[in-house]
Amino acid sequence: MFQFIVRRLIQTIPVLIGVTILTFSMVRLIPGDPAQIMAGESASQEQIELTRERLGLNDPLPVQYFDYVSGVVTGDLGNSIRNGRPVADEIKVRIGTTVSLAFYSTLLSVFLGIIFGVFAAVRRGKLSDTLVMIAALFGLSMPNFWLGLILIQYFAIGRDVLFFNTGWFLASGWGTWQQMVLPVITLGTAGAAIIARMTRSSMLEVIDQDYIRTARAKGVKERIVVYRHALKNALIPVVTVVGLQFGALLGGAVITENVFAINGLGRLMVGAINSRDFPIVQSGVLVFAFLFVFVNIMVDVIYRLLNKRIDLN
Amino acid sequence: MVKATDILDQEPILEVKDLQTSFFTDKFEVKAVDGVNFAVPKGKTLGIVGESGSGKSITSLSILRLIQNPGKIIGGEILFKGENILKKSEAEMRKIRGNEISMIFQEPMTSLNPVYTVGQQISESFMIHQNMSKKEAMKRSAEMLELVGIPSPKQRVKQYPHELSGGMRQRVMIAIALACDPELLIADEPTTALDVTIQAQILELMKDLQDRLGMSIIMITHDLGVVAETCDYVAVMYMGKVVEYAKVRDVFKNPKHPYTVGLLNSLPRHDIDLGDVELQVIEGSVPSPDNLPKGCRFAPRCPFATELCHEKLPDLEQSDNGNQIRCWIYTDEWDGDQEVDVSAKRTT
Ligand SMILES: Nc1ncnc2c1ncn2[C@@H]1O[C@H](COP(=O)(O)OP(=O)(O)OP(=O)(O)O)[C@@H](O)[C@H]1O
Ligand SMILES: [Mg+2]
Repeated sequence: MFQFIVRRLIQTIPVLIGVTILTFSMVRLIPGDPAQIMAGESASQEQIELTRERLGLNDPLPVQYFDYVSGVVTGDLGNSIRNGRPVADEIKVRIGTTVSLAFYSTLLSVFLGIIFGVFAAVRRGKLSDTLVMIAALFGLSMPNFWLGLILIQYFAIGRDVLFFNTGWFLASGWGTWQQMVLPVITLGTAGAAIIARMTRSSMLEVIDQDYIRTARAKGVKERIVVYRHALKNALIPVVTVVGLQFGALLGGAVITENVFAINGLGRLMVGAINSRDFPIVQSGVLVFAFLFVFVNIMVDVIYRLLNKRIDLN
Repeated sequence: MVKATDILDQEPILEVKDLQTSFFTDKFEVKAVDGVNFAVPKGKTLGIVGESGSGKSITSLSILRLIQNPGKIIGGEILFKGENILKKSEAEMRKIRGNEISMIFQEPMTSLNPVYTVGQQISESFMIHQNMSKKEAMKRSAEMLELVGIPSPKQRVKQYPHELSGGMRQRVMIAIALACDPELLIADEPTTALDVTIQAQILELMKDLQDRLGMSIIMITHDLGVVAETCDYVAVMYMGKVVEYAKVRDVFKNPKHPYTVGLLNSLPRHDIDLGDVELQVIEGSVPSPDNLPKGCRFAPRCPFATELCHEKLPDLEQSDNGNQIRCWIYTDEWDGDQEVDVSAKRTT
């Protein structure tokens, strides 16, 4: 297993190189003078020249790329145009927030998705199955920002229902649980819907397999047949979906952070895009890409732990 | 109507009476098992033979009450040690499955759970039915693997099904089935998916284990050669019904039902040199379930069929030599040639 993880990490090197090439080219491919772009729109001629010097923009491209990558590796990502602070610091203070938002949302997606998926599969064709699947379709098609606004409207601002008000949660910030509930639901719902649908169809396939009949023939309780014998097999394809889903989740995090005024990477990025703060945008993309790659390695590890048919070496 | 137990020399451990199991598809009802009668004597082996689709597997799954939607047991009785299994609760059934009645399935390649080790899958039976601890169960699992002839069992228990060959997997299935010393073992074509040398080994193993453990076996097969080698009694099934039920010796020596004769004619014999005799196939094919013959199910393919056969369904009756046969020829109502000799059609 250890060997596998190491091998998998080595395999990501080309991907990471690809990502750095992309972010590196980002600044250089958009129309205009890269020094001007990186120095910001209001920069003076002097500042622009200084930036050109600092970024080594007069050097040949391979040298520039090498400088850029060594900067990334040593944590030197340049300075923000807006406030002049090191980009690395700006990211460092926010990355925890975004990662925890993504983590709790994924947790919610997986938890609800599996529970409802199994529930629907076990009740195949019944009314409750249909209802769950309709709900999943809703969850899937609801835009993130809209769901967020609705939740704020009903559960942060609140409505008077009989004798109590439903404004239980907070609509902005990140830290206390009252602040975390609504954003996590907002971000996790679509994933939960996808995972529920996937779990259901995967369970239905597995439950007809010969080895499930074998388990029943041994006298195993139906509940254990479902959760021990069927679910573990059914989760194998679901795990891959969770990995792919994480990309969409990061995109959703950008929107969710803005709706709920959460000071995370997504909000930082949107602000940076609006003010053309290119060093931040460039590094933000890089961090998101790294996160995605890292999560997918974890998913691969879990996949292999579940699926014994795959030879680890 | 005759009683299946009439032809037994031993006490029955299982008696199936007029069992009916149907599948309800959108358009019509498929009567997969349509009034099946047979009994299994204690400590002996009953063979069930018949072409593909004759209802052998569904009969055995019905005995364990493992029929899944859209299938349903709609009638009859299954008496196991005198008690009707069909009347038992689901919890009572679970105590029987894998403990008193076990089953080996037709598909060794897919009948083991791919994500659990062989040891875990055998252990489960011990843990459910004998309240063993995990460790103890694992030790017993290794012993079971040894019993079914798998070399280096201590290493094998830790392996996953995909690491084993088909023959090995079927041995593991046998180990699971035998774990709790069942009184009745249902083996649904245990060797069909395996190659010939392995087939012989597995059959040998089962016979050997029966001698040692004294269990009763239902051996399902479409191979009369296997029946001749391993069974004491045999029930020949055709389209969800038993058409002939007798001692193995009587069926081979003196088959009565035209379908049985047909089956025998399609069986190569090794004991006598037949010279140039060609193996025969039974003409025609099994009718589709939505277009069942009105009379005897075999009439459309039967060389002796008369108008009576096409019009009315015969009952299972006792013939003078003891075989139970579902055929008009052996009844007083027979409207064809009174001197007809079905066994004369035998070519092998
Ligand atoms: N799920 C199902 N839905 C509808 N019909 C079914 C279903 N399962 C079985 N049947 C029907 O039941 C009949 C008997 O099937 P069964 O599996 O018992 O045959 P078998 O004698 O075991 O054949 P084989 O030798 O191929 O194993 C078949 O004709 C089949 O069409
Ligand atoms: Mg079968």
